[in-house]
Amino acid sequence: MDLLGVLQILDSTVRMATPLLLACLAGLFSERAGIFDIGLEGKMLMAAFFAAAFAAFTGNVWIGLLAAIAASLALSLLHGLASITFRGNQLISGVAINFLAAGVTVVIGQAWFDLGGRTPALEGAGRFQEVTLPFADALAPVPVFGPIYAELISGHSPLVYVALLFVPLSWWVLFRTRFGLRLRAVGENPAAVDTAGVSVVALRFYAVGICGVLCGIAGAYLATGLAAGFVKDMSAGRGFIALAALIFAKWRPWYALYACLLFGFLEAIGNRFQSIELLGIAVPSQFMQALPYILTVVILAGFVGKAIPPRAGGEPYVKER
Amino acid sequence: MNLKQKFLGAAAMLALTAGAAAAEPGLIIDLGGKFDKSFNESAFNGAQRWVAETGGEYVETELANEAQREQTMRRMAERGANPIVVLGFANASALSEVAPDYPDTNFAIIDVDWLGDLPNVRQIAFSEHEGSYLVGMMAAKASETGTVSFVGGMDVPLIRKFACGYAQGVLAANPEATVIANMTGTTPTAWNDPVRGAELTRSQISQGADVVYAAAGGTGIGVLQAAADEDILSIGVDSNQNFLHPGEVLTSMLKRVDNAVYDVFSAGAEGFEAGVVRMDLSNRGVGIALDGFNEAIVPFSMLSEVYAAADQIVSGGLTVHDYTSDDSCPVLTF
Repeated sequence: MDLLGVLQILDSTVRMATPLLLACLAGLFSERAGIFDIGLEGKMLMAAFFAAAFAAFTGNVWIGLLAAIAASLALSLLHGLASITFRGNQLISGVAINFLAAGVTVVIGQAWFDLGGRTPALEGAGRFQEVTLPFADALAPVPVFGPIYAELISGHSPLVYVALLFVPLSWWVLFRTRFGLRLRAVGENPAAVDTAGVSVVALRFYAVGICGVLCGIAGAYLATGLAAGFVKDMSAGRGFIALAALIFAKWRPWYALYACLLFGFLEAIGNRFQSIELLGIAVPSQFMQALPYILTVVILAGFVGKAIPPRAGGEPYVKER
Repeated sequence: MNLKQKFLGAAAMLALTAGAAAAEPGLIIDLGGKFDKSFNESAFNGAQRWVAETGGEYVETELANEAQREQTMRRMAERGANPIVVLGFANASALSEVAPDYPDTNFAIIDVDWLGDLPNVRQIAFSEHEGSYLVGMMAAKASETGTVSFVGGMDVPLIRKFACGYAQGVLAANPEATVIANMTGTTPTAWNDPVRGAELTRSQISQGADVVYAAAGGTGIGVLQAAADEDILSIGVDSNQNFLHPGEVLTSMLKRVDNAVYDVFSAGAEGFEAGVVRMDLSNRGVGIALDGFNEAIVPFSMLSEVYAAADQIVSGGLTVHDYTSDDSCPVLTF
């Protein structure tokens, strides 16, 4: 296989990894603060719908993005209300959000557009266009580096670069700021944070809020970056793959990037080759699709280092028992 | 007989008489949704046409998940709908359980022909491989690179039947051509993943494909979109999808589910005929879509060859291999 073929697969890897990465970082903030969130899928779906709907109404993709973030944030706050304020079971609240999003998107979509829950196809400024980075055309003839810059690094939707920027940003916020320290502490030992006079509830709400914003961007990227409109259930399990990536990444931002790129790469390979010959054995693409889950189970079983979740994860904080 | 049993008996009698009085036809829309711009929508349109022409009324339900199939059929039968049309091969096993329990209700099932001798079931199977063969010929004629591609939805024999017919048509028109065939997935989410559909299409384009045929439900919308974005031609499926991207959708392989539903509804409970019905090129069950959106990109020479092939298929001079007949395809490996 030539350089161009490899670059095309890597290019596809970046596209497939971006929604996973955003959702994975969203889950990272939430779970680091002790709130398990299996509603990533639902939030992404809701965001995808509102991004496509508002982009279709206004013809402006940025308004779509804002609507997506607002919708996802609303679901996040609902999750927060149920699991932080009312100390409900976080898993149940997450599942409820997934079901809610799957139903509400189609019902509202049918009411607004009469297309059976789809939105109209988006055109022009209603979609995120590919950004050509400076000098991409000028550098393209340069051997090796030129094609890499022009094909792989340049020419993605702006949200791809936003997602990549969120990786160092998340690392810096979580591990280099006072807010990040408190947020992580709240996921490990909320009682200690409370004793220090910091509000556990407020910190956890900030965390689910950040989670909502990131899921909103992920959903908007699905509907207005990768596709051109909303189709029911279009998140197609990416929220769950992102959760798998989060465990695979052991709840760390940089590892999250690597895990999502790996999962994206597996998907890109599976898309490109229906079956792959490895050592004389044909590996079906279905195996490639299942590999992220298999790898996650391997990690969970402790074969590749231990994945230790935040200690207070999943438990509502009760003051003064 | 105590009071409770009497009430139950009375209620049952009431239900029976109510059922006999209604006798409206019923339609159970399958997973994927009524407005999928494809298979289900075609069935829905057939029912609507019947309503518009006869002024009659019918009962309709939409399945929300896999587990509801049998329960929905039973409920509709108990409401007295007759005949009841169910869509899709996934209903076959549920129907073979339900139909014997309601001997006075007639059922019709689309995409199934293997249920054997059920006296109250009409099994309607389409020859998708024949229609796919024709669009395959058109794809090969329209292709400049000599590479064309196929995106399927869920990897099931029915979709492989589309792919196999398509590949045969492509190779008949251009024996040197390459056919790239990809399936979106192995679970029902594969019917609603336009993002993955678009990504598969881009991957096929990077391998040289310049015409892509989508048989993938909602996923196909992403395929057609990606093809339009990258300025290659696409081929729609089931319903006429030419209008989605005018001038960029070469044609659509029509599967006249609407005609099948319309026929069953028109015959009603009285004119119902059980048995296996095959909808193929000869009775316009499958075909290609030609309208104002694509007439400029379909040259006359292409059409005349396609019609000639269609005539040959109808007359029996040309046989298109049906993947489901022996679970293998002579020209394509999956």
